[in-house]
Amino acid sequence: MQQVLLTIVLAPLFASVIAGLFGATIGRRGAHWLTIIGVAISFVLSAWVLRGLVLGDVLPFNETIYTWGTSDGVHMAVGFLVDRLSATMMVVVTFVSLMVHIYTIGYMHDDPGYQRFFSYISLFTFSMLMLVMANNFLQLFFGWEAVGLVSYLLIGFWFTRPTAIHANLKAFLVNRVGDFGFLLGIAAVLFFAGSLDYAEVFAAAPAIAGENIEIFSGRPWAAPTLICLLLFVGAMGKSAQVPLHVWLPDSMEGPTPISALIHAATMVTAGIYMVARMSPLFELSETALSVILVIGATTALFMGLLGLVQNDIKRVIAYSTLSQLGYMTVALGASAYAAGIFHLGTHAFFKALLFLAAGSVIIGMHHEQDIRRMGGLRRYMPITYWTALLGSLALIGFPGFSGFFSKDAIIEAVHASATPGAAYAYACVLIGVFVTALYTFRMFFLVFHGEERMDTDAREHLKESPLVVTLPLILLAVPSVVIGWLSEEALLFEGYFGQALQVMPGHDVLATVGLHGTDPGYFLLHGLMAPPFLLAMAGVFVAWWLYLHQPALAPAIAKRFSWVREVLVNKYYFDEFNERVLAPAVRGLGQGLWKFGDQRLIDGALVNGSAQLVGWLSGVIRQLQTGYLYHYAFAMILGLAGMLGWLLLTG
Amino acid sequence: MIGVAHYLTLAGLLFTLSVAGIFLNRKNVIILLMCIELMLLAVNFNFITLSRFLGDAAGQVFVFFILTVAAAESAIGLAILVVLFRSRRSINVEELDSMKG
Repeated sequence: MQQVLLTIVLAPLFASVIAGLFGATIGRRGAHWLTIIGVAISFVLSAWVLRGLVLGDVLPFNETIYTWGTSDGVHMAVGFLVDRLSATMMVVVTFVSLMVHIYTIGYMHDDPGYQRFFSYISLFTFSMLMLVMANNFLQLFFGWEAVGLVSYLLIGFWFTRPTAIHANLKAFLVNRVGDFGFLLGIAAVLFFAGSLDYAEVFAAAPAIAGENIEIFSGRPWAAPTLICLLLFVGAMGKSAQVPLHVWLPDSMEGPTPISALIHAATMVTAGIYMVARMSPLFELSETALSVILVIGATTALFMGLLGLVQNDIKRVIAYSTLSQLGYMTVALGASAYAAGIFHLGTHAFFKALLFLAAGSVIIGMHHEQDIRRMGGLRRYMPITYWTALLGSLALIGFPGFSGFFSKDAIIEAVHASATPGAAYAYACVLIGVFVTALYTFRMFFLVFHGEERMDTDAREHLKESPLVVTLPLILLAVPSVVIGWLSEEALLFEGYFGQALQVMPGHDVLATVGLHGTDPGYFLLHGLMAPPFLLAMAGVFVAWWLYLHQPALAPAIAKRFSWVREVLVNKYYFDEFNERVLAPAVRGLGQGLWKFGDQRLIDGALVNGSAQLVGWLSGVIRQLQTGYLYHYAFAMILGLAGMLGWLLLTG
Repeated sequence: MIGVAHYLTLAGLLFTLSVAGIFLNRKNVIILLMCIELMLLAVNFNFITLSRFLGDAAGQVFVFFILTVAAAESAIGLAILVVLFRSRRSINVEELDSMKG
């Protein structure tokens, strides 16, 4: 078992190192074959492990593989915890990664950095697997930072573009903010539990629950609240929750396969996975759950609204990702961890599908990304059209598609939740359904239907993408459609995750949801009459009305409500706020520390100051050395007199 | 009647004079040497007075030694002085400040 898990992790790392360091030797074909085989091995073995766990042939694995070091009783180790939760994540990660690898052959076809790209995405797969399979906080942090690093490398993959460099720097810096909170959270865990191992920390959780800490004197904080809020700050950075979401839309500067792999399907879900994994801790703090609920709901609705005014095809999907991550976070806040992970899984498939379909469109349009210059692509790219349609239907939660089950479960769970803020969250996620349908089908109609707005030159070159691009689309479309139907009941209601997800009896909203029926058929019937379905249909209808039926109406509405549009186009002024207020404040602080702290205090007072003090003192003492003979003689006589006097006095 | 106190006072006066001479003199190194000699003589005076007063000859033996050392010292001092004059063309105390820090 240990060998299998090591192989799963190390195969992509090995392929990455070879493709990265010896890319020139093995050539383009060598690079993509090697990395694809590496990830394929990981996928097959992950699927085998998951199958074993589900059937009960394999027991959950929780062992230390290698000890880094022991310091003051703290055990730092590399170890794997593989239960159904992490195995599910492993399968999702490796499957999407494998699809992206294959797709990349077509997408990056004539890019000079071909081998480098394959090396990076394999390295990413390795990092994400380390994160998911970790059995202790240190390794979790390693994976956490590693995916952040690879994300940085990939957003800035086209490093000659100033916008890409700006975007990757932004992603890195914003993630630093989150990671700082995360690191403090891990430190708090270590402080209270005295261990970094998951099992030991969770075992100590009931004891932590009673403890308090005074950060500001006179204001005690409950220890679980502090730990969970700090850990969630990390999740906010990685999973792009308001207000640390600003990096994700900009990260669309990277190549499209990366947008699919990292910024839709895997890395951004790390925060969701982490919170679910820490459910024994998060359950202890009502405050933290409430914060998570409100932040998730805000992200789900307000980031979705931004998708309505974007014209870059990838940015529309990026805002959709933000919004869907908000849904997952809402599920976590409502203690419906299983629903959050379920949505994470289904979303990984249909969002990767949508991104790759967008990439296919971009290939067809010769790297044109503006949806205002597309239209009517249905006739030229049938496979892309149909797969994108399936992805879009899954995204808006059309009954029967995977997104329907996961999103409906979340909405029902929030409805049943009694956590403070649940009413606000319920309103947000309901309106969010309408918004999701509206922006998704706005994009879909503008790209694939309506009049053809591209220039004639582009139209002549339009053709369906090659098989390496369409095959992953088809392979991703299958789970996007059926995975919800197949796994809904087991994942949500039958304790599939076992002990990995722990919910306090009073918080068990999924049990409430499942009171009347748990099978997919019941869900489907129920869903057809529930408000989310009607809202989604209304969204699709409005999109059709505004962008196909009455195209003149949309600009008129935009003009009428220009101030709303202004706010949306400027993304609620988050970037402006950061640039005008936060950045100058931080820069001012840095300047202050540099000018005063470093230059004046350390360099001025301590380093140069001590030297100057010695110089000044010797200058004073120098005055005694006049060089005149009689002064020395006087000093001698005085000394003699003093000595004699002392002898006389003391006897 | 001239007693011990008078002798000691005279010696003290001589000593004070020589110390003052060292300080007040700003001109001549030779005068400095003379003052040092005078200081030694004042000490000798004390030795002899107290030797006679206490009836102990050890004090007078000391005086012989001091006189010998003083003679040697002034010989060396004068020799240095000659060399100094040769090199600097001056024995003005005010100008001899090459040891100034």
